[in-house]
Amino acid sequence: MDKNSLVLEAQGLKKIFRAGDRTIEALKGVDVQVRSGMVTGLIGPDAAGKSTFMRLAAGLMKPSDGSVYVLGLDAAAESQQIHEKIAYMPQRFGLYEDLTVQENLDLYADLQLFPRTKRKERYKRLMEMTGLAPFMDRLAGRLSGGMKQKLGLACCLIRPPEFLILDEPTVGVDPVSRRELWEIVYSQVDQLGMSVLVSTAYLDEAERCSRVVLLHDGRIIGSGKPGDFSAKMAGRVFLLNPARKEKRILQLRLSQKPQVVDALIQGDRIRLVMSEQLEPDQVGSSLSLPDQIEITPVEPRFEDAFIYLLRQKGDTATEVREAENQGEDIGLGIHKPVQGSRTDVVIDVQRLTKRFGEFYAVREITFQVRRGEIFGLLGANGAGKSTTFRMLCGLLPPTSGKLLVAGCDMLTAGPAAKKMIGYMAQKFSLYEDLTSRENLEFFSHAYGLSGRVRQEKIAWAMDAFGLEKVAGVRSRNLPLGFKQRLSLAAALMHEPDVLFLDEPTSGVDPVTRREFWRHINVLAEAKVTIMVTTHFLEEAEYCDRLVIMADGTILDQGTPDEVRRRCSTEENPSPTMEDAFIFLIQREAQKRSLVTVE
Amino acid sequence: MAGRISLRRLSGLIRKETLQIIRDPSSIGIAFVLPVCLLVLFGYGVSLDAEHVPIGIVVETPSATAQDLVSSFYQSEFIDPVPYHSMKQAEDAIMHREISGAVWLRSGFASDLLSGRQAPVGVILDGVDANTARIVDGYIMGSWYAWLSRYVREKRAGYLRPAVELRHRIWFNPAVRSRNFLVPGLVAVIMTLTGGMLTALVVAREWERGTMEALISTPVTKGEILLGKIVPYFVLGMAGMVLTVFLAIVVFQVPFRGSFFTLAVSSALFMLTSIFMGLIISIGAGSQFVAGQVAIVVTFLPAFILSGFIFDIGSMPPPVQAITHIIPARHFVSILQSIFLAGDVWPVIFRSWLWLMGLNLIFFLIIMRKFHKRLL
Repeated sequence: MDKNSLVLEAQGLKKIFRAGDRTIEALKGVDVQVRSGMVTGLIGPDAAGKSTFMRLAAGLMKPSDGSVYVLGLDAAAESQQIHEKIAYMPQRFGLYEDLTVQENLDLYADLQLFPRTKRKERYKRLMEMTGLAPFMDRLAGRLSGGMKQKLGLACCLIRPPEFLILDEPTVGVDPVSRRELWEIVYSQVDQLGMSVLVSTAYLDEAERCSRVVLLHDGRIIGSGKPGDFSAKMAGRVFLLNPARKEKRILQLRLSQKPQVVDALIQGDRIRLVMSEQLEPDQVGSSLSLPDQIEITPVEPRFEDAFIYLLRQKGDTATEVREAENQGEDIGLGIHKPVQGSRTDVVIDVQRLTKRFGEFYAVREITFQVRRGEIFGLLGANGAGKSTTFRMLCGLLPPTSGKLLVAGCDMLTAGPAAKKMIGYMAQKFSLYEDLTSRENLEFFSHAYGLSGRVRQEKIAWAMDAFGLEKVAGVRSRNLPLGFKQRLSLAAALMHEPDVLFLDEPTSGVDPVTRREFWRHINVLAEAKVTIMVTTHFLEEAEYCDRLVIMADGTILDQGTPDEVRRRCSTEENPSPTMEDAFIFLIQREAQKRSLVTVE
Repeated sequence: MAGRISLRRLSGLIRKETLQIIRDPSSIGIAFVLPVCLLVLFGYGVSLDAEHVPIGIVVETPSATAQDLVSSFYQSEFIDPVPYHSMKQAEDAIMHREISGAVWLRSGFASDLLSGRQAPVGVILDGVDANTARIVDGYIMGSWYAWLSRYVREKRAGYLRPAVELRHRIWFNPAVRSRNFLVPGLVAVIMTLTGGMLTALVVAREWERGTMEALISTPVTKGEILLGKIVPYFVLGMAGMVLTVFLAIVVFQVPFRGSFFTLAVSSALFMLTSIFMGLIISIGAGSQFVAGQVAIVVTFLPAFILSGFIFDIGSMPPPVQAITHIIPARHFVSILQSIFLAGDVWPVIFRSWLWLMGLNLIFFLIIMRKFHKRLL
């Protein structure tokens, strides 16, 4: 096909959803062009409108206004013809979990009228590509998340489509499978000249696309080659190396300066994005940094450009900025300083094991967390993070091993000890039909606060997290950023010494994520001990120390810099966190296969 | 209409659905285990007949005549007499729900009867359960009349002969076994479960798990998706019907007086209405939970309450009687009760067939209008 012809063209595309008396404008009039024979990425945070766009393109919804043409066909009126030419993989791919891999393939081959005689050969090829050949008779429901996604992709590819639409194929998938999925997609593009539109919320995946379209809050905020975006940021990105214990305060102060686009903790250093091109020494003087801090220019990343674009466009970004710029106060007042020394061991886990029947969810893990540390628990889905977390919070009894939180065994500890910990669950676990204030009132009651103390505490939470203006809004209707602040405020009502955060930022846009981490950093400054799980490897950099888990065991632990250093190889001397993670997983797999051979 | 149908695609969909049915214990449960449970429950447990009802007998002055009347109550299989010495005791027993009523023979009963005066017998019934009270009343009256006519014959007390005598005969179900009309009606309830409920649930499950979104983006046509659901559940429902009818005739000894042909045609028509209703529900409901709730309220409960399966339609208020016509189970229950107890009564069967066909057409049109290869 002609490289420059268009496989998709959307003009003034709008989609409005009505739920009761509320209307949600998912797409606010977008123009998108997708070229043939390459991978185009639709990049944007959750709730940006990506899935809506994909569904409109696949002819599964009718637009409220505007039009979208796919392969020259009107998606609103000629969806049946489009379905005969494209393949679409929805976000939660609809595999039949009670059918085997083979049966799922057969079903899709039948649906696509793929000739019986050619099937054997085609399946073989697809199973080689996806590595699923040994699992043909396994029920799809028993496959891991990554394998399910690969099978979904294989089902879409049985009869190679002219245009492949993938809606967030890599969400919740471990980094190894993520890489494999991209390899499969590229093999189709290279061999067959297939055109692909793929959506993702992971900004680092943008760089894998030939072209990207950036979607935010129902609007297009940019499009072009991913390299062009990063190139615009050249000369604006720097790494600083502050003294270790000052890095958080410095990062908090820097992120409030108007000339700073972004300041992020990255291991022991701070990654700084300036709003204009500067020489390293100009940066120091412009921000009046102390002389001993080294400033090194670094290569910009796609995420830097994305944040820059968002800050320019306003909305969420400005709102957060306003909250941040309330005087020189960097919000240190959100928690009273915790008593004790930073050398105290607050969480002590020794040879902890949890077995369900024959299955070891967690096997002999050992680690310690000190007061005021931000400690990360990293791993793919099913690595044992949540099980470990539940045991730490006293929600699940361990099979064996020792486990102390703030000197107590949480399983047998009384209410007094339980008051020492705060917990923020993975999903927004507040009552959606209650307003912000009512939620805080409820949680303060639940923690046994009453009378004047309770009133003061609620007033404090409202003030510290900037919730006054949404006090009367039902939490269902709050923007995601506010929901998270409210969850965090609720978990902090009783001023706990230890805070557990389970995947706190999954599905959050980068700006909201930064704002959330600002609060976490402030808490760590107040010597609150913070334990956080994440499958978001970028976030690992924000932690003081971390463990990397897979299949219930710890593969490595240490500071982010230590872990990365240990995983450097000759081919890749300065690996990213994701490289390190993949390195560790593959090394572990090799070890196991050696054991089996013996 | 729904685009052309490719047999290859359709057979792929049916195979998929069959594998899912076989592997999902809950569909087998609804299709085969539940029918057996319902049959046992209604065949053995639930009975609308009143048998061995405890009735107090108060004889204030014992006499040969009074004893003779009382012994006639003892012979009835419907009544278990419990003797009391005074009406006070019997009233207390009624209050404590130990007995369901009392027969009161006053002190002057025997002498009044002999002397030709009026000899009233008092009957008191616990009317809380109106249905049982009415039946028990009938039994007591029956026993009373039987005794009286025997008394007249034996004593030649011609002056007591009633002017008009009632002779009754019960048709179709001479033994008046409620099981004989409950069990055929159950076939309708059971087929509603597989047709309406199971279909609504499995289609809603496809929406809930996101498999439907993947399915509708393939070249599959609307007609193929619909047929892919209708065919397997039609077969499953008919299998449930065969099982139920077999058990009804063999295990529960329900008479079968019609033809299997009429039964097969009627069941097929009814099965379609059930599946269509299930499909309509699943189009509106986004989740299995909602689909299940709606299916119970819209298909299962009406099939139970408004079909004439338990409650007689003739004794419902006219507006409710009118509503029963749009409930497919009502027509099917009429057919079933006719086929099992009376035989192929063609006027009844034709009228019900017409209704079922009409409802099928309406449901089909609704599905064609509302079901799209689209989300929302």
